[in-house]
Amino acid sequence: MILQSPSTPAPHDRDDASRDSPDSPVNRIANLCTDVPLTLDSGATLGPISVAYQTAGRLNADRSNAILICHALTGDQYVVGTHPVTGKPGWWTGLVGPGKVIDTDRYFIICSNVLGGCQGTTGPKDINPATGKPWGLEFPVLTIGDMVRAQATLLDHLGIGTLFCVIGGSMGAMQALQWAVTFPDRQRACVAIAGSWRHSAQNIAFHEVGRQAIMADPDWRGGDYPNQGTIPKRGLAVARMTAHITYLSEPALHRKFGRKLHDREKVTYGFDADFQVESYLRHQGASFVQRFDANSYLYITRAMDYFDLAADHDGVLARAFSGNPVRFCLVSFSSDWLFPTGESRAIVRAMTAAAANVSFVEVSTDKGHDAFLLDEPEFHDTLSGFLDGVAKLAGSTP
Amino acid sequence: MTPTNSTGAIRYDLKLIADMVDRGSRVLDVGCGEGELLAHLRDTRDVDGRGIELSMAGVRAAVTRGLSVIQGDANTDLSDFPDHAFDYAILSQTLQATERPRAVLEHLLRVADRAIVSFPNFAHWRGRWHLIARGRMPVSDYLPLQWWDTPNIHFCTLLDFRQLCQDMDIRVEKGLALNEQGHPQWFAADGPLANILAAQGVFLLSKGTSS
Repeated sequence: MILQSPSTPAPHDRDDASRDSPDSPVNRIANLCTDVPLTLDSGATLGPISVAYQTAGRLNADRSNAILICHALTGDQYVVGTHPVTGKPGWWTGLVGPGKVIDTDRYFIICSNVLGGCQGTTGPKDINPATGKPWGLEFPVLTIGDMVRAQATLLDHLGIGTLFCVIGGSMGAMQALQWAVTFPDRQRACVAIAGSWRHSAQNIAFHEVGRQAIMADPDWRGGDYPNQGTIPKRGLAVARMTAHITYLSEPALHRKFGRKLHDREKVTYGFDADFQVESYLRHQGASFVQRFDANSYLYITRAMDYFDLAADHDGVLARAFSGNPVRFCLVSFSSDWLFPTGESRAIVRAMTAAAANVSFVEVSTDKGHDAFLLDEPEFHDTLSGFLDGVAKLAGSTP
Repeated sequence: MTPTNSTGAIRYDLKLIADMVDRGSRVLDVGCGEGELLAHLRDTRDVDGRGIELSMAGVRAAVTRGLSVIQGDANTDLSDFPDHAFDYAILSQTLQATERPRAVLEHLLRVADRAIVSFPNFAHWRGRWHLIARGRMPVSDYLPLQWWDTPNIHFCTLLDFRQLCQDMDIRVEKGLALNEQGHPQWFAADGPLANILAAQGVFLLSKGTSS
């Protein structure tokens, strides 16, 4: 057993088969908030909750080498190893592992499926104990803050007081920043990649298009589809297709597809997928619905829309960071038009005004928002340099 | 704008700047390049350092070596920093490349209690000779770029700088006259010889008390 829990692991913790090798990630589910439910930002309460999480590496003796990785909107806890649903490698296999940028020989990695998610953490597809049926739209609306508090209860459960670092990209960056603001004394460092301090009007607009696509699908059934035996696959696929465009960039799409035709010599004068880019998007949509729940998509996009770190500080972002002891690193990508560099720069300005310790790098790439998931050497060098710097400052080489 | 050094050892003029910094202090290095000085200050003087650098390549290199550096412009972004956030603000070989050197100096002594400023002396004899004898803008190993290529837009002499400090009620606590290699010379930085013989000057400044 790699995990050193202070108490005997709860009997309802579920191990998977992959822990026979010490280098394999461990996937488990923790039942939390069993005594006191989680109070959400909306005022509603939720509990007990399940939190599905993955760990990799070893927690050191003084429990000082834990890194919490926060996943993005459609990500999950399967950072490394093989994804049990898709059979594909974990979403950050390129960055996380023995000897890699986030080195599991040095650090103990934790990543949990967000509250409202659909990979084992409590979400709208789970059973509402009050009715004995899946929650559907009865599930309370969540915020990024709620997700972060659920993660904090998981850390309590694991007996981890202070994190070495919280790292996240996109919605994960929102969580990482929220972590630093909510629990400034519970982490040494914070890495927010391709993120923002609040969701922009344009991004709320894109999310609304996705939600409307889901809700327009007759199989959505007012959100009650789990009880009516349908799945709003078409709506969810369209939501994914729209969103997927925002994760790329015009140059990247052009480089990959141009105007190339799909399996044909000339256009068919019809509405079949003539172009490769159409066929690619259809594939993205179709494979997404195999692993994601439509109602989860509604709830998680809503949580992102509601995110505004300045709102709780009279609209002054700098106040969110005043006196904050966390060492911050912000990274943006030059061709990211979903979370453009200007968003990160605004956070840097606020942190600077608050005399917080911040590093900021814009990585030159044409790969758009998704660059944080891809092989970007400049980004990887920045991140490993930053983590080394924090380790040096902490006077420890975990 | 900054002469480069590929030997790996810290440039001599940077070492002189580092020697002016008290141990354990908070330092802002404006135009920190790849963080050579900040890394030296961190490793030898236990300094809590931050950097601001215009070039992204410089910022990436600095962050990669574990320094806290942000991409930014001394002309516009110093105003983001709160008053007295640092013990020292350092501007090494960058003053002459700023759009409004006077405003930058004001900011340095607003965000920090002391400023350390180094810059090339345009009245150095070699530059004078270039202008008088050859009628051409000076180009040397120390300032290697042609007039149309140089980022240096506000050249001044040591005397000019002293005058500006006087006008701005800035106290010069310490001054060093350096040769082109960055080595300190025997003559005083505020003397008449320095304005001819010094290739560059380094000054430790603080807010004056009109006297």
